[in-house]
Order: sequence, then C-alpha cells, then structure tokens
Amino acid sequence: MDLLEYQGKQLFARHGIPVPSGVPARTVDEAVAAAGAVGFPCVVKAQVKIGGRGKAGGIKVAEGPDELKEHAGAILGMDIKGFPVHEIWIEAASTITAEYYASIIFDRSAKAPLIMFSTQGGMDIEAVAEETPELLATLHVDPLIGFQDFQGRRLAYAAGVPPDQVRPLGAFLARLYDVWAAEEAMLVEVNPLIVSGGAIAPGPFGPLYALDAKVTLDDNALFRHPDNAGLRDPSAEDAEEQMARERGLTYVKLDGDIGILGNGAGLVMSTLDVVAQFGGAPANFLDAGGGSKAEAITSAVEVILANQSVEAVLFNIFGGITRCDEVANGLVAAFAQLGDKIMVPFVVRLDGTNDVEGRSILAEARLPNVHTAQTMDEAAERVVGLAQQGAAG
Amino acid sequence: MSVIVDKETRLCVSGITGREGTFHALNNKRYGTQLVSGVTPGKEGQDVEGTPVFHTFHKAVAETGANTAMIFVPPRFAADSILEAEDAGIATIIAITEGIPAHDELRVYNHLARNPGVRLIGPNCPGVLSPGKANVGIIPAAFFEEGNVGVVSRSGTLTYQIGNELAQKGFGNSSIVGIGGDPVPGSSFIDIVALFEADPETELIVMSGEIGGSAEEEAAEYIGAHVTKPVVGYIAGFTAPPGKTMGHAGAIVSGSSGGAEAKAAALEAQGVRVARTPTEVSQIAMELLGR
Repeated sequence: MDLLEYQGKQLFARHGIPVPSGVPARTVDEAVAAAGAVGFPCVVKAQVKIGGRGKAGGIKVAEGPDELKEHAGAILGMDIKGFPVHEIWIEAASTITAEYYASIIFDRSAKAPLIMFSTQGGMDIEAVAEETPELLATLHVDPLIGFQDFQGRRLAYAAGVPPDQVRPLGAFLARLYDVWAAEEAMLVEVNPLIVSGGAIAPGPFGPLYALDAKVTLDDNALFRHPDNAGLRDPSAEDAEEQMARERGLTYVKLDGDIGILGNGAGLVMSTLDVVAQFGGAPANFLDAGGGSKAEAITSAVEVILANQSVEAVLFNIFGGITRCDEVANGLVAAFAQLGDKIMVPFVVRLDGTNDVEGRSILAEARLPNVHTAQTMDEAAERVVGLAQQGAAG
Repeated sequence: MSVIVDKETRLCVSGITGREGTFHALNNKRYGTQLVSGVTPGKEGQDVEGTPVFHTFHKAVAETGANTAMIFVPPRFAADSILEAEDAGIATIIAITEGIPAHDELRVYNHLARNPGVRLIGPNCPGVLSPGKANVGIIPAAFFEEGNVGVVSRSGTLTYQIGNELAQKGFGNSSIVGIGGDPVPGSSFIDIVALFEADPETELIVMSGEIGGSAEEEAAEYIGAHVTKPVVGYIAGFTAPPGKTMGHAGAIVSGSSGGAEAKAAALEAQGVRVARTPTEVSQIAMELLGR
C-alpha cells in the first residue's frame, strides 16, 4: 500500500524525524483554516501517488490568504497524470540551502534492506545512479541486527556531506531505518531531504528535514498495524478493484476487452500472455485463488462483468486444490443469479481435479452462449474470436 | 533418484489439526509419504487418523524422528513455526502458507542462511512432489508420473499446466519443486537447478519463472556457468503492466526491472530455450530429448 506524502510525513513524525508542520485539507475552506494554523508563507501541495507534481502545477507557494485560496481552488480537482487530486497538504514554507536524497528499499536480490544516500537530491535519482554513480552512497543493513551508527558515518563520508552534518545525518538515517523496520515498509524515500536555512528542529538532526515522504507498506503486515491499515483511501481505488478486494479476490484492471478468470497467479498471468499471442487484449487479471468455492466464482463473474468494456470472458482452470465441479457450479449459479444481465459469451476450459464432473455439470446446464474448450491454446483462440465478433457487432 | 523429498522423508505437519492441514496431510500420506507426526500447540495427545500430534516440533522430532516439516499454519504464525522447526533440528522445511509478512520472511531467510544444514522451500508454494516416492504439499499428484524431467517453478497451478503438457507428450518427472511467489523465497531457482544437475535421474530441467525480482536472471548466469543438462525456460507475465502486483506478492514489474522480456533474453543468452506458451515447453522438451 502506497501512502500519500502527508501520511508518510505523519508516520515520520511519529518516529521523531523532523518534518515541516502542516495540515491536510479537502476543500478551500479547510485550506484556509489549515493555513491559519500553519502560518504564511505556506506551500499548497497536491496529494497524489505519482511523481512530477511540481512540474504539473500541483505545488504552489502562497504568501497570503488570497493566493492560498487561488492555489487551493486550482489544485483541488486537478488531474495529475490521470490521478485526480482529492486532498491537499498545507505546509509551512521551508528555506532550502541544499537538497539531499535518502531511501531504504527492500532488496529482494540481496535479501536485505538497501540504504541509499546522495547529496544530489531533488531530482530524478535514477539519473544520478546512471550518470554519476559515485555520488550515490549505498550499503546493506543486516536485518537481524538493524542499522548501526558506523553505517551512518560511512554513508555520510562517502557522500561527502559537510563535517558538521555527519552526526545529524546518522541520526536521521537511523530514524528512517526505524520507520522501515517498525512499520514494515517495502520502501521509504525522502527526496528532497533538505538542509534548512531556517529554524533548527529540536533533537540531534541539525538542519535536516524531510521535505517529501514516499512510503510503501507491506499489505501482508497490515494486521499488525491497524492504524496504518486505516490510511487506505477507497476513493482513490478503481471501482472494480475495490469490489474485488472486498470479496477477497485478486483483481487488476487492464485495458482490453476479454475478461479473464483463472486459479493461481502464475496460470492467470500465463493466460493473459496466451490470449495476447492469439491477438486478444485482456480486460483484467483475476485470480480466484486456491480452493475456490462456488460463491467465489459467482462473485468473480460479477466483478469481471462490472467492467463495461468486456466483450467475452475466458475461464481457464487447472484444478489442484480448486475443484472443477465447484467452478462449474459457481458459473451455473452466476447465470441463475445474474440471468439476462450476462450479455457476453463465455469460453470455459476445465482441467485437473474433478474435471469430468465439472464438464458434465456445464453440459447439463446448457447455459446460453457458454462454450467449452479442451486446451488453454484452444480456449484462448476461441475467446479472441468471440470478442472480435462482439466488438464488431 | 529425486530431490528434496523421497522414500526417506519422515514428515511432520505444523497445523495438522486445521481443516486444510488435515486434508493435505492425509492426502500426502495416501500418496505414500511417511507422515509421522503433527504439531499444534495445545493439542498434544490427540491424533489425526492415527498420526500423533505434539505441542512442539522438538518433541515431535524426539518421538517420531521427523526430518521434514510442512508448514500449514496461518500467515501470522508461519515465521515462528518455520523457526521452531529449524530450532528442533529439522533439515527440510516446506512452507505452503501464503501471505506471510515480507519482513518476517526476511528475518527467517537471514537466520536460516547461518545454518547451512537446513533447506526452506517456499513460503507461498505448492510444495514438492517426487512421483512414485513422496508428495509434500498440495500438488495434485494424480497428473504426474515418474520420469526424467525436473520441474522448478514460482507458481503452483502454472506448474500443473506445464506438467500436464509434458505428461501428454509422455514425459514423467524426477521431482516437481514449487519455490513460491513471494519476494523472499527460502530456496531460489539456482538452489533447485543445482540439485537437478546433480540428480542422476534428471535428464532435462524445466524452469518456470514469472515477472518481478531478478531470480531468473541470476539463474541464467548460473546455468551458463555450471549446468550441463538441457534447460527449458518459461516466463509468465509478458503482458503485465508495470507497477501492478499480479497476484503473487513478488510478481511486479517496477521501473525497468523485473520484466518478462529481459528475463527471457537473459536465459536465451545462456543457451536456455525459452517457450512462449506452456504448450511450447513440451514441444521444446521433445526436440531436446530427441523424441
């Protein structure tokens, strides 16, 4: 789960990391009240989970109330690269003397957290890594013993920060590691991490402040962090994706017109590929999961058909824990429940556990416009043909 | 021969008294796996159709000589159960549980890495099947027969699909190993490919990967340098969009890394034939083994 900037900063603040003071707002009136608490000059920042907000006009400085209203009104409702702005963050303006970069990522290859630090912050760090790798200091932390003070010194000296910032930076990175470990993050990134020319925050951090915050949390660990679980914003989710999540299905919406249901993430990914090979365009990824019962299948059909672009649906099931007769019963139940709302053809391929029973259930039910296929390739070819007919008609 | 599980396997199932745990433990036993015990804290003295249940792995090992653990407990208890099995001296731990927090997996991995005598398969995997010998996990054994193709895969059902394609062309399997779809698998492609390379029964290795991470690229390097047997590759997720997690916690293309094209190219650069569909895996297998 990705957090908004201000949610990340509030998390940082809970772990003692200095951040400029700020207040979130969803309306111009709330923004005015927020600025009253924060003071002028302040910065109006669009809260969207995508980079490049500044260039898109989503970050503006307000010197007084009139400017604040103008900027808040313009930014709320703005669309930044397809992400509508529902919320803004009103933050005390900072005096910036330098912009650094710091991050901790979950390095799957090394099986350890990787800390990266550079004095070249504020810009695209991938460009720094590409063009001037010597300006990006990196090291791995042993997750069994955590971040050590010497690692902070190594990063500070390697990156070449001024001598009086070595200890403050070590303290800052140690707290950043606390966030990563305690909140079970997959990513924490501060870009820019600023050297402030203004007030010094209390604590060991000298002039260092987190001016931005990018945090990705592990969904699987949210049960241990109920406060963080509450940060999810359903209004930012796609309607079908939200519907699927509430029903315990794994669903990703795609751009095409062929609805896909399968069991097991790998098989579903493979099904998308095979459909594309036969010239089709999948409308979604949907993994009904292992051991899917009939009700789950009925739910899944509803989620797939909620996407109006769907012209045809492919069921590709290889039963292991999942039993093909359960899948067939689920499809029959979906037709009974949704009836004439189902306007598109289905192609069903059942193999594996109880496949014979599943196929005979479908044969007996004589569902309208439901076709069966023997193999994955045959099923894909068939559904692509049917979708093309649907799109033409 | 086979790898990881065989006639010598003495299985203890953590979570044996749960609905799924009972079902699959008994399924494995019916296949011929030596199911010797189970662990559920608080339920020592009970039995599951004759298999004794213990409070701890330590007692299960002492009383029944278990040498292999299958982890079937819910995600929040799974890391603890894996660490308990290791602490009790079990050498082979197969974790089926899906949805374990990534930081738990990181701690477990780094702890087990200090004990070279222990092997973790999974988590979030279908287990290991050595046809005709033993089945530990949830792989539907009825579709597979003994043979000379070793299969290693990040995905469960995709493995069944590929195994079935191979079976229809008359191939059997030495072992089928699911390493799981999580960000920190206990065993990598490299670990399992090395076992197949050393296994006299295995004549061909099928490696089924997917988007996300760099395990396939690392395996490609290893195969180029150390593997003499023919390898057929398959990668799922050519059409997956960047930034979206495709079902498996580990299956995500982020930025320029983890894409299917790059993985296929890395394998092909080391002489591995990469199939574009599961069906093509069996066609390439026929060519390579000259059938």
